[in-house]
Amino acid sequence: MKFNKNLRNIFLILFATLALSACSTAKKSQTSGDVYTGSDTVEYLASGVKDRVFFATNKSSLTSASRETLRKQATYLRKNKKLNVTVEGHADERGTREFNLALGERRANAVKDYLMTYGISGKRISVISYGKERPVNSESTPLAWSQNRRSVTVKVK
Amino acid sequence: MKKIIFILFTYFIVCSTSNALIKVDITRGNLDPLPIAVSPLHVESTSENLENLDTKKLGVNISSIIEKNFKSTGLFNPLKREAFVQKPDIAHLKPRFEDWRLIKAQALVTGKLSVNNNKLKVEFRLWDLTASKEMIALSFTTTPSNWRRVAHIISDKIYERLTGEEGYFDTRIIYVAESGPKNQRVKKLAIMDQDGAKTKYLTLGNELVLTPRFNPSNQMVTYLSYFRNLPRVYLLDIETGKQEVVGNFPGMTFAPRFSPDGKKIIMSFAKDGNSDIFTMDLETRKVERITEHSSIDTSPSYSPDGKYICFNSDRSGLQQIYVMKSDGSNVKRITFGNGIYGTPVWSPRGDLIAFTKVRKGKFYIGVMRSDGTGERLLTENFYQEAPSWSPNGRVLVFYRETKSGAQGKGFSAKLWSIDITGYNERKIKTETDASDPSWSSLLSK
Repeated sequence: MKFNKNLRNIFLILFATLALSACSTAKKSQTSGDVYTGSDTVEYLASGVKDRVFFATNKSSLTSASRETLRKQATYLRKNKKLNVTVEGHADERGTREFNLALGERRANAVKDYLMTYGISGKRISVISYGKERPVNSESTPLAWSQNRRSVTVKVK
Repeated sequence: MKKIIFILFTYFIVCSTSNALIKVDITRGNLDPLPIAVSPLHVESTSENLENLDTKKLGVNISSIIEKNFKSTGLFNPLKREAFVQKPDIAHLKPRFEDWRLIKAQALVTGKLSVNNNKLKVEFRLWDLTASKEMIALSFTTTPSNWRRVAHIISDKIYERLTGEEGYFDTRIIYVAESGPKNQRVKKLAIMDQDGAKTKYLTLGNELVLTPRFNPSNQMVTYLSYFRNLPRVYLLDIETGKQEVVGNFPGMTFAPRFSPDGKKIIMSFAKDGNSDIFTMDLETRKVERITEHSSIDTSPSYSPDGKYICFNSDRSGLQQIYVMKSDGSNVKRITFGNGIYGTPVWSPRGDLIAFTKVRKGKFYIGVMRSDGTGERLLTENFYQEAPSWSPNGRVLVFYRETKSGAQGKGFSAKLWSIDITGYNERKIKTETDASDPSWSSLLSK
């Protein structure tokens, strides 16, 4: 009896450990730091040109992955000289509304500035901040929040 | 649109205000609410019935609103009408004090009304049942459609007499009415009486609107609108419906608020990723820069004397609250606690600043002295922010959002209020989901 109980406990612990590690690997594949690295919500301006980059909480600095995305956007914009874009800046729901508006504006401008350093005229890029008003993922989870901390480059029609 | 409706005040008796035995201590919270009996107002039999107003029911309706107002303060305990021992008209002439004391009432409100020639005449008296004497007697004449306001004004007078503080019942709240899914919220400006009655929508919901704020000296409102996808601060006259963009800024303006004299709008202007604070004089249209810093400076709010401004900045790295002189000099950080701070709002009494604090994934509404000392957190929740003061500086209204599941399931936004004592937390009923409340000053002042 006692042996059985111990065995069962061991199995339970083993199972819990497995479940936990499964969980953490799932998370790892989606975010780094708290910057979203997955592609679930991402759309494309053209083949291979992602439309958005993601940010850490309260930050507007570009990760190396973000810079790579933006270099591709710049190349695409250089090839399509008549195309203008709007960069939308967004924040997650875990901040105050007014501060989030400022943060979204700062994020959108971080993208605009980077595109300009690759030769895209500032006149072709307008920015708009939506703060926390337009989440792409409406769930209240750290993963959703990381998907919502974003700047999206949108073609102007 | 209607012009501001005037209520005629005619004081017919003002009784001795000294020697009253009952007094409500507002600073302690609702531990021992004062038992008060609000006798239905007696309706004079000569009263005319009006097309869209049942005059016969007016007496009960007015006293019900007074009771509801009192209950909402947490300071009073309105007693059940069934226990009342005297007919309203007789009690109004002279209460049998010992009979009212039997049902444990300490204060009694009586009154009568009449409607003649399209005029509503109301008089009421407040009686101190412990001292067996009249404390206040007033009468008003107004248009019958104003009957709700009469109830609120009576509530204010009684509240003032019993607490020694100005009331806040004859006021309105402007807010953002929300509907639709979380990722495509439709937002409209809405206005209602402080008790949730008489909701009116001021915009159609075609564009995103945020953060409406009342002018403390009149019925103007400033807010943020995404009209034509250009987020700008607007000025709206809620009586005429007329609106205009504030200033001619080449980028987003946001986080607007009026100066205490109502003559200026203070707001943030974002340019090239940097938000600074500016003012615009509504008469001269002159724009003035107040802060110049590479950080985010936003959520400005004046002290009631107009000499100082508190605001939100991340110049230290994280969101904190700062105070400066109104010309932008002498900037001082006042929050140093654990966590981040936002949405500072100066109390109309001048002594306190209300704020939102975020710490370890929880949101708090709190108050502190204007030098940052004496921080008190009043309420903790998953998400809440944007406190706005009642005109007497005793109550805060704010909004709260719930945690949502996949696809935003279970998401809601509601208005709440809490006393600065930390007691008496209440949900304010609204027709739709609601956020960004702003409390008006007293309308009858």
